[in-house]
Amino acid sequence: MNPPLLSVRDLRRTYRSRAGLFGSGLVTRAVDGVSFEMTAGETLGLVGESGSGKSTTGRLVMGLEEPDGGNVVFAGTDLTAMTPAQRKPFRRRMQIVFQDPYAALNPRMRVGDFVAEPLLVHDVGGGAAERRDRVAELFRTVGLDPAFMQRFPHEFSGGQRQRVGIARAIALQPEFLVADEPITALDVSIQAQIVNLFQDLQERLGLALLFIAHDLSMVRYLCTRVAVMLRGRIVEAGPVEAVFADARHPYTRALLSAVPIPDPVRERGRKRLPFDAGGYTFPPGAALRDLGSGHLVLDGA
Amino acid sequence: MRDFWRALTRGSGWLGLAGLLLIVVLVLLAAFGPLLDLPDPTRTNLRARMVAPTLSWAGLGAHPLGTDQLGRDILSRIVAGSRVTLMVAGAAVVLGGILGTLLGLASGYFGGLLDRLLMRLVDIQLAIPLMLLALMVVAALGPSLHNLIGVLALVSWVRYARIVRGQVLAVREREFVQSARAIGASAPRILLVHILPNVLTPAVVVATLELARVIVLEAGLSFLGLGVQPPAPSWGRMLAEGRTYISSAWWIITFPGLALMLTVLSVNLLGDWLRDYLDPRLKVR
Amino acid sequence: MLEISDLSVGFSREGRFARVIPGLSYSLRRGETLGIVGESGSGKSVHALALLGLLPQPPGKVLGGQAIFRGEDLLTVPEARLRELRGGQIGVVFQDPMTALNPVLTVGRQIAEPLMRHKGMTRRQALDRATDLLALVGIRDAARRLSQFPHEFSGGMRQRVMIAIAISCEPALLIADEPTTALDVTVQGQILDLMAELRERLGMTMIWITHDMGVVAGIADTIQVMYAGRTMERGPVEAVFASPRSAYTWGLLQSLPHGARPPGGRLHQIPGQPPDMFNLPPGDPFAPRNPFATERCHVEAPPLRQVEGSVPGHLAAAWYDLPALLERAR
Repeated sequence: MNPPLLSVRDLRRTYRSRAGLFGSGLVTRAVDGVSFEMTAGETLGLVGESGSGKSTTGRLVMGLEEPDGGNVVFAGTDLTAMTPAQRKPFRRRMQIVFQDPYAALNPRMRVGDFVAEPLLVHDVGGGAAERRDRVAELFRTVGLDPAFMQRFPHEFSGGQRQRVGIARAIALQPEFLVADEPITALDVSIQAQIVNLFQDLQERLGLALLFIAHDLSMVRYLCTRVAVMLRGRIVEAGPVEAVFADARHPYTRALLSAVPIPDPVRERGRKRLPFDAGGYTFPPGAALRDLGSGHLVLDGA
Repeated sequence: MRDFWRALTRGSGWLGLAGLLLIVVLVLLAAFGPLLDLPDPTRTNLRARMVAPTLSWAGLGAHPLGTDQLGRDILSRIVAGSRVTLMVAGAAVVLGGILGTLLGLASGYFGGLLDRLLMRLVDIQLAIPLMLLALMVVAALGPSLHNLIGVLALVSWVRYARIVRGQVLAVREREFVQSARAIGASAPRILLVHILPNVLTPAVVVATLELARVIVLEAGLSFLGLGVQPPAPSWGRMLAEGRTYISSAWWIITFPGLALMLTVLSVNLLGDWLRDYLDPRLKVR
Repeated sequence: MLEISDLSVGFSREGRFARVIPGLSYSLRRGETLGIVGESGSGKSVHALALLGLLPQPPGKVLGGQAIFRGEDLLTVPEARLRELRGGQIGVVFQDPMTALNPVLTVGRQIAEPLMRHKGMTRRQALDRATDLLALVGIRDAARRLSQFPHEFSGGMRQRVMIAIAISCEPALLIADEPTTALDVTVQGQILDLMAELRERLGMTMIWITHDMGVVAGIADTIQVMYAGRTMERGPVEAVFASPRSAYTWGLLQSLPHGARPPGGRLHQIPGQPPDMFNLPPGDPFAPRNPFATERCHVEAPPLRQVEGSVPGHLAAAWYDLPALLERAR
């Protein structure tokens, strides 16, 4: 097997809510010992429900937040505890696409300038004219008319904005991309367009993609491996088909049983499995156990 | 720009429009006052002391708004005073605005100790009555036009700092700012390119409202003899000098007072309207 | 139960005006669950707000039409009567329970209030009933939770509270606008099961507005697919899912992933962007995004009519014969 491009080890992040007028502050373990590896060009789906810590994991990997513990190792280099200056060369190689296409673009900036900014910051792409050509090329790559470069974000639909965000993210030709719920806020007819775009980009650029989502059918379709998170921990992980066909953790099973199927006959004959995510307690000493062929499940010791 | 005019000329926009028109008239008056062939505002004429206003539909007399206790023409003093007032207040608002915006940006973006120190300073300054603070500074440094501008800037930066800081806290979490961090943009770049343009709107609104406040404050300081120094005319000093004669020559104090009131009113009208136009959410504050 | 004819709604923005719903007609049988599917700009939510008299006017405006609910026209009854109907005979559940609930009133009070107003119950009776309702929607320890405030509930629990309020007066009609969109999948599943059960128990008629084909497949008897304020297709869910006749319905279903990706496979994608209601093309509004569009689609809007060779009540607005075109394409 190839050496991992990204290796995340025992990542931890705790939030302390400020103490209120009465009582002490609450401690939330948003990410509680998450470990996984990704090889170059691979697609890993990170799924879970709100509060599972999947987005925080993505932000920790990108260095947008500092972990309380654990390491993020990218291409053999430990990124944790780096100064911003030391980290900057790695920023070229890892990028992120956000969920909300309305908040992801600077409303006061022309979209062309917004896409060109990474080139400017890393001083690549030569002079202004060359840079403009590269931005035009990026626009074509993501399926936007380069004539739109002079426009402002409010003139675009949600799907078009998401394309602008993707163009910016791939401007530096990264090897690794975090996509944090990139299709959740889009119209159904636009979601397939964006998923296809990700697939094209992966094939053309050899991107490794960390696809954070709650849409399990889309993860099954797009990803090669999947990791299921519950309250800051990975409870099950493995090759997509192994996990979907033979889910072992009760939470994964409940999740899979709850996805609505767009087929009235099958959808009606189905039973949803109950699972109380809030009330669930992890068995003491629980650890990920390998069931073979990389299918891991969280088990009591 | 077309939207701007549409908004100004519809609904309750006429109040803003009225404010804007008054301000334009005032600025034109201040700018081109010297070309109006008015009497020298500082020339005394003891033979024409306290001449009553001659303003009437029939036409203008030699002193349409009368003369003061030293025989100086009140109209030309008001016009000359408007120059001083607008220049001092304008400069103070711009200076205070730049200072407050920069500190608010830094405070909101970097947080931590800097933020806590700055915000406590703001709290302390807001707790001291403005007039008292201005008095102390002018008393310490001595009255001069520059000191006056400095003092007024000093008392007005806090509002910008507060508003801007609050906006920064909100904008900072927006995804395009996160995205700028993810590409490795430097802090100054993030602040100037991504955050500043998105917090400028409320700062501009504060600036308009602040302008009115600073004008009143300047008049107050000049009234107390700590602002604009003689012989330069100022509305505040005209009020101070005229108050002794209020029963015998009402016009000496009335016209500068009216000028001050109209100016502040029009600036406030424009400011209120601008606030509602630019950002309806700021209404409840 | 509900008969809507030629409902037409306009919207103005920055001095421009658009007919966001040019003339919508449909009827609802007693006990039927209608699933309305659409994307942004489809008019699915706007039409519900118009029915309920909750459309913000301006910028919106009801331009005409009728909506006869049990002999009364919802579009013309006085505001006071409409308020009486809402929360009484017509229950409403919205997407975001946090903005629909009043944060400073206890949950118990918010459930009890419509009971006191519409059913003339005393405070005591209403609170007892509220306890039963909370238990009915699956909230444990109901009596204690009555005295809590909305922020003390999780998102799913809040939506249950909203449902409890909506069904408190045993409405004949329940209108739910994207009630599970903001919820997690497992919670959505629980709410869907709960609604199906309540519908049986109370014999409710429902309008369920969503963008999720899977949700409609599970809960609705009839599906109505909307695009640019028009009904593109409508019919019994089994018939529509088995053989869609509008290229839009077909495209939506095709664009959903089914299982794992075959090597080299791509999702079917509907090209283009959602419609700009202020700048609609002539003819069939979906035509510019429709690979099957004929000449006629671009100039003349097709009427909604019975599909030949399908079950009665399967209606589609299309000039083309989709199954034949698909057959030929294969």
